[in-house]
Amino acid sequence: MTFYGVELSSRLLLGTARYPSPAILGEAIKASGAEVVTVSLRREAGTERGGQSFWSFIRALGLRVLPNTAGCHSVKEAVTTAHMAHELFDTKWIKLEVIRDDETLQPDVFGLVEAARILSHDGFEVFPYTTEDLAVADRLVEAGCRVLMPWGAPIGSARGLNNAYGLKSLRAHFPDIPLVVDAGLGVPSHAAAAMELGYDAVLLNTAVAEAGDPVAMAKAFALAIEAGRMACRAQPLEPRDMAVPSTPMMGRASLGD
Amino acid sequence: MRIIVNGDQHDVEPETLASALAALGYGGRKIATAVNGRFVPQAIRDSTRLAEGDQVEIVAPMQGG
Repeated sequence: MTFYGVELSSRLLLGTARYPSPAILGEAIKASGAEVVTVSLRREAGTERGGQSFWSFIRALGLRVLPNTAGCHSVKEAVTTAHMAHELFDTKWIKLEVIRDDETLQPDVFGLVEAARILSHDGFEVFPYTTEDLAVADRLVEAGCRVLMPWGAPIGSARGLNNAYGLKSLRAHFPDIPLVVDAGLGVPSHAAAAMELGYDAVLLNTAVAEAGDPVAMAKAFALAIEAGRMACRAQPLEPRDMAVPSTPMMGRASLGD
Repeated sequence: MRIIVNGDQHDVEPETLASALAALGYGGRKIATAVNGRFVPQAIRDSTRLAEGDQVEIVAPMQGG
């Protein structure tokens, strides 16, 4: 799997927020096998040191980071945040979020496309957090995005793939663009389902971080993603309306009246 | 001179962004800055002069999803 020319073997991208402790975060990342972790940026007072110690922690992991623009509600905010993230994390990658609705954290797809165009022009490699809408995806590709990250369900909702049909259509429509289901997954079977649809990867955070045992859940997701990927490549059966006997009927003994 | 730093008022000597950051305890820190909503790269903090009422945003790395 290649994102903007970077070859990755793990198909799980993991968020770093909401873990019970930095130690558990570190163990969960290890158990997940993730090679990319998402990070963010927030205000810090001169007397605080949280951001500095988090940065040391992340740097020590030696993984690739994908900074986000979480919490941005306008194109201007998202673009400025992306530039700040570029300076802080020294990467051209940006997980672009422009949020419209605070209840559902639904992306503002109009602002998203505009911000993606500006940032791509500025040399960023944009990972847009979007919906499964085909026309929006098309606009994002036109704006320069070479990875698309449609939601499964609203962030943190643990509902899984709300619109599997829409996600499947998106896959069929963009066979050559890496597609990542980002957000809304709750259990490993959701991730397996995304991979069975032919998605390239899954981005998770809350489902692992807020599980009773985040480290075991990270491993469970990694296994499910591998299983789903393998199943997709093994060409699964299409669902049928009628039963088809699995045991051959030919040669069946005649024992009736 | 009064400026707004991360939403709070601070009194600083009329100076540059770089010297205000040092005075506020950010010296040598991993931070990114914006003034009045515009990104100010590290390389030009020294030459960026602050004015009365400027809104300075200072952010650091943090956990995210």
